[in-house]
Amino acid sequence: MNNKRRSFMKSSAAAGAFGIAVSAGLITPRAVLAAWPKAAFEAKEVNAAVQGSLGSSAMTDSSDITLKAPEIAENGAVVPITVTSKIPNTESISLLISKNPTPLTAVFKFGSNAEGFVSTRVKMSKTSDVIAVVKSGGKLFSTKLAVKVTIGGCGG
Amino acid sequence: MAKSIKVRAKVKDGVTVVKALISHAMETGMRKNKKTGKKIPAHFIQEITCSHNGTNVLMADWGTAISKNPYLSFKFSGAKAGDTLKVSWVDNKGESDSAEAKIK
Amino acid sequence: MKKIAVIVSAICMLAAPFASFAANPAQDLKDFKGYFTDRFPDVPLQDFTNGVYAVDKASREQWEAFEEFPPYEIAIDKGEDLFNTPFKNGKTYASCFPNAAKGMTQNYPYFDKNSNEVITVELAINNCRKNNGEKPLKYKKGKIAHLSAYLAYQSRGAKGSVKIVDTPESMQWYEQGKKHFYAKRGQLNMSCADCHYYNAGNKIRADILSPALGHSSHFPVYRNKWAGMGTMHRRYGGCNKQVRAKPFKAQSKEYRALEYFHTYMSNGLVLNGPGVRK
Repeated sequence: MNNKRRSFMKSSAAAGAFGIAVSAGLITPRAVLAAWPKAAFEAKEVNAAVQGSLGSSAMTDSSDITLKAPEIAENGAVVPITVTSKIPNTESISLLISKNPTPLTAVFKFGSNAEGFVSTRVKMSKTSDVIAVVKSGGKLFSTKLAVKVTIGGCGG
Repeated sequence: MAKSIKVRAKVKDGVTVVKALISHAMETGMRKNKKTGKKIPAHFIQEITCSHNGTNVLMADWGTAISKNPYLSFKFSGAKAGDTLKVSWVDNKGESDSAEAKIK
Repeated sequence: MKKIAVIVSAICMLAAPFASFAANPAQDLKDFKGYFTDRFPDVPLQDFTNGVYAVDKASREQWEAFEEFPPYEIAIDKGEDLFNTPFKNGKTYASCFPNAAKGMTQNYPYFDKNSNEVITVELAINNCRKNNGEKPLKYKKGKIAHLSAYLAYQSRGAKGSVKIVDTPESMQWYEQGKKHFYAKRGQLNMSCADCHYYNAGNKIRADILSPALGHSSHFPVYRNKWAGMGTMHRRYGGCNKQVRAKPFKAQSKEYRALEYFHTYMSNGLVLNGPGVRK
């Protein structure tokens, strides 16, 4: 059901449907409903994944992003990650795990009242970098942390 | 009451902290059934939508690397105690669920 | 058999002051606690119920992140639903466990004089089902673990109060359990004590060994490794396999005896089940 509505809105790009949806409070201008970015989630390299989901792979290192992750993950299947962004107008926070078969893990898109903060638990297949990418004002900022994994989290 | 989503939302000094725990297999599609040797098909949440009094505060695209029984926490302002927070998900099979909670 | 047991125990009791073969659970418990508080002087007694997380800071932080919204909450909800769903005959589990809501697991396992059996929570659940015309549940995971999680959650805050009655039959169970704990087994020739007593806090490959004091208080457990709930006997089986020993059946006499001893050794510690672990 949701899928049908999404494809309708995509094809009638600038048309009334979008405007109606916005004024009905169903979507805020910043967070636009889009089909699930399959290519980005299936990309095997970090840059391709970032490019695919955020439109560019040019990232600037930023110390205004705090990425909290364990130094040694107890279990690669559930690694607690918290990202806090002090960058003004944080539109989205994306999480990537560099050595996962497909690095893109999640993209969190914030409504106008939401803070640049997210906490979740992720799967890491082996020791690798966890990368947080913040999108703000059309630019990308990132930071990363190395997390050691003794028991891989993807297999059975 | 949704069976798969537990939500807790607390507001303090104007900021609402939301914590959600979702019951979902988040199957990657890479694991093999030990008995049959066949791959267990991917079954994972692709889209998350969280709204406050009808306005979206957070939307997320998820891949298979979000852990089984996913946890999510985020913060937003502009809500007060008694307001409604809604969390919904849609997975790659088209299944979905949603839950509402009163902000405390 | 009973007469012989009584005679033997009478002799043992006479010999008690001289031989350490006679089991003295209260003294064992005191020694057990003393050993661990000496080994980990910075850990407050009640903190031992947090296992590895009481003795290792790095993993404690991850555990605290999980406790923000622990995965076992899903099991507690399922268990509560199961507990309140009537059997085909109209009764519910409450008819067998009137104190469930207040807390009851602190008294488990217990020795039942009439059947000469040690009754664990899981066994009691299936006995309840049997008495109400329902089929028994499997003992290691799934519904039994959800029900057990609900019961454990309701009992949080109570102090472990396993009773070892001073009768030959009850003591036999205790002694069997104690023996199992300290006996070497498997290809790796290791006992429970080798890891969780003598090497508590040390590493075995990449894992830190949890102290046996406080072990039982957080069961049943959501293990990240299982990505689900499991009962005590599920874990016992796993531990036996890890030393390449053939595991006993869940709820077998061997595991119930072990549980009797094992849980008694955490008496006085505050129950904090269900728990989430690695």
